Amino acid sequence: MALSLLLIYGEKSKMREILMKTRPQDLDSILENYPRRPQHLIGVLQDVQAAFNYISPEHLARICDHVGVPVTQAWSVATFYKSFSLEPRGEHSIKVCLGTTCHLKGGERLAEACERDLGIERGQTTADQRFSLDTVKCVGACAEAPVVMVDEDYLGRASISSLKKEFKRR
Amino acid sequence: MKKIKNTAGLQTLRQTLLEAQDPEMPVVRVCLGPGCLALGAEKVARAFKSAVRNKKIKARVQPLIKGTGCHGFCSQGTLVSLSPANLFYVRVKPEDVAEIVATSLEQGRTVERLLYSDNGARYRSAAEIPFYRAQQKIILKNVGIIDPLDINDALMAGGYQSLAKVLTEMSPEEVLKTVEVSGLRGRGGGGFPTGYKWRRAADNARENPGPVYVIANGEEGDPGAFMDRSIMEGDPHKVIEGMIIGAYALGANQGYLFVRHEYPLAIHHFSIALRQARNRGLLGKNILGSGFDFDLQINRGAGAYVCGEETAIIASLEGRAGEPRTRPPYPAQEGLWGRPTVINNVETWANVPHIMEKGADWYTGLGVPHSTGTKIFSLVGKVKNTGLVEVPMGISLGALVEGIGGGVPGQTHFKAVQTGGPSGGIIPYELKEIFTDYHYHPEEFIAAKKEISVDFDSMAQTGSIMGGGGMIVMDDHDCVVDVARYFLRFLEEESCGKCLPCRLGLKGMLEFLNRFARGQGSPEDIDALESLGQALVDGSLCGLGRAAPNPVLTSIRFFRDEYLAHIVDHKCPAGVCRDLISYQIDPETCNGCGLCAQECPEACITGKKKKLFTIGQEACIRCGVCQDVCPVQAVQVA
Ligand SMILES: Cc1cc2nc3c(=O)[nH]c(=O)nc-3n(C[C@H](O)[C@H](O)[C@H](O)COP(=O)(O)O)c2cc1C
Ligand code: SF4
Ligand code: FES
Ligand code: FES
Repeated sequence: MALSLLLIYGEKSKMREILMKTRPQDLDSILENYPRRPQHLIGVLQDVQAAFNYISPEHLARICDHVGVPVTQAWSVATFYKSFSLEPRGEHSIKVCLGTTCHLKGGERLAEACERDLGIERGQTTADQRFSLDTVKCVGACAEAPVVMVDEDYLGRASISSLKKEFKRR
Repeated sequence: MKKIKNTAGLQTLRQTLLEAQDPEMPVVRVCLGPGCLALGAEKVARAFKSAVRNKKIKARVQPLIKGTGCHGFCSQGTLVSLSPANLFYVRVKPEDVAEIVATSLEQGRTVERLLYSDNGARYRSAAEIPFYRAQQKIILKNVGIIDPLDINDALMAGGYQSLAKVLTEMSPEEVLKTVEVSGLRGRGGGGFPTGYKWRRAADNARENPGPVYVIANGEEGDPGAFMDRSIMEGDPHKVIEGMIIGAYALGANQGYLFVRHEYPLAIHHFSIALRQARNRGLLGKNILGSGFDFDLQINRGAGAYVCGEETAIIASLEGRAGEPRTRPPYPAQEGLWGRPTVINNVETWANVPHIMEKGADWYTGLGVPHSTGTKIFSLVGKVKNTGLVEVPMGISLGALVEGIGGGVPGQTHFKAVQTGGPSGGIIPYELKEIFTDYHYHPEEFIAAKKEISVDFDSMAQTGSIMGGGGMIVMDDHDCVVDVARYFLRFLEEESCGKCLPCRLGLKGMLEFLNRFARGQGSPEDIDALESLGQALVDGSLCGLGRAAPNPVLTSIRFFRDEYLAHIVDHKCPAGVCRDLISYQIDPETCNGCGLCAQECPEACITGKKKKLFTIGQEACIRCGVCQDVCPVQAVQVA
């Protein structure tokens, strides 16, 4: 069983490899994975978002064509869910958790500090396309609140200074 | 991997696997649950792996390194346990790995400084620690022990044994009956009797033949809870097994695992578990040679709280935006593609194999009469031992928060606990001693007085709900007005806006709370807020809107004084609401390091190095940065 090699599932290179396999990099191979039926709209959008970091108008049109839904419907789905972005996102994603526990432990302060440090507001991307800043509602690591996710890494008991260091490191 | 042809084959395989185990073989288990990952567990695991790979360990047998799901005691992460030595190390950092290797793996001795210690006592194994001793792990039995990416580990731990029993010894009707008699209630928040739900779906399917679907709700939208995440990541096969059994009882051939998008590891683990189960013949056509076909598919939620509502999940699965619709018809009547559908929470499904294994009578013996079994809580917030705990229903609130949780650091007691997330409420400390019928204290923590019990009905009596299992402990530095406002803001963003009372009501309520937090408004506004809340309860279409006023209403009921302090005295007693506080530097404590002045975004802190620094109040925006960076806690809220 080759996959039992993945004993340590945190191993990122492996993880990426696996994700790559399930997340092909070009639109055609993503579309190939899905039968031409409307119920696959969300799945395709998720794969495209994961592969390209955003859903461009051209991609949206081709997705609609593939699964057979009007662009207006796809648009309403893509804007309803927060995990989809219709604009290009930065190279690194920073997600400050504002779940209940993180809120009690100062998540909002961290979010504001990130805004000041990066010079953008939440939901935006820095001009050099390096960082995108978002807030999320609980990433399930509440025991170590406040938590910030930088790309795939969870930073527990985050502080303003540990975050600044992290930004520099990337 | 070979397919298992029948139940006898499953037993043989399990036997073979168990016999192949070397009891002498050292096993190092590194917790890779969410909490430990956030503390750098991945690096610890990698250090152990590389020690093995590079043959750095001078021992007779090279140890096996396993990554596991959350072991529960997250505040002590990263957790590392060693068997057969039965050692339990806490707060392990990557730099400690070399010492563990040299001392424990090579010489068989204990690294004393990495043991858990409390009140002068040191504990060598997890089972001895009070935090674990008072728990009863059934659903979480394997989580933190097995490697979730290896089905053989699950099989050795007894995985799929209940399925084998059900397929060979029980009729679908018997399975249904057992679930009914067990008294199992939904763990997703509502506490709806699972047997009743299944029965209705089965009846509807009989009257109106055609496909039936089962769905696991792994959306876990409650922002402060991670029970489901831990089950899905730590023991995915248990959920799968529960769903196959349910599908067998209901005659379903297709099921869906609906998992929250923010949980990539859970999705990853499920996808591997599904593949392994299929390869082993535990999923797909003719499961274990029984002639029963069932398969599962993973769907990712796309990040919206209301998507955890059952009709919204169905909408998402059908490819539409995740908006709820009116019920009835309930999913058990007309669910996915208009067919009878059973949606249960992940933890609910994980209960099913245990009920089948040990029987309904055993199950009703756990917990209390109307809330049977155990419940998993994520105990977080201002409590000493944060983490994941599994306890029988009906445990006293004090035993849970003060006993297992170890109480609030630096305070004699908690101020309140928030349960049930945005749909739940706030339970003040004072309610703890309200007598309820059923409850018990584990031997560890005998209380002086009777205490409120943690079960579906007692929690509902307080005006809150048990909910999914998020239990957030608040102390004197947490403001109830702020928490109520937090939930309203959360819900206002998350409301799908389909119905008017919810959309406008939440806006209106939030407006009140925003003003209170600024010290504005009048005492009559509190009454107006309460009646607006009632309008939402009565007029909203789905549970989000109907339960939305709960956090506000319970906080007003129990903490009206704190509201009045904001409105009348313009003070926030907890020191949270920004417009009502100021930051001050305590001249006694300040050591003049000047860090605060360096970091202040408004540059309004002045002073000389090695002398006292002071905050210019006019320009201060109360961002709190100074308080966060001060190394000696000289910045105080006034
Ligand atoms: C706004 C809203 C959000 C919900 N979120 C969840 C959730 O995250 N997880 C869950 O299991 N149930 C959630 N539910 C409850 C589900 O609608 C449904 O009742 C539940 O999945 C049924 O499973 P159970 O009977 O096993 O609890 C939510 C309900 C509402 C109204
Ligand atoms: S109550 Fe709120 S969330 Fe539920 S359907 Fe109505 S608007 Fe949407
Ligand atoms: S509240 Fe932030 S991780 Fe749960
Ligand atoms: S994540 Fe390791 S103990 Fe919870």
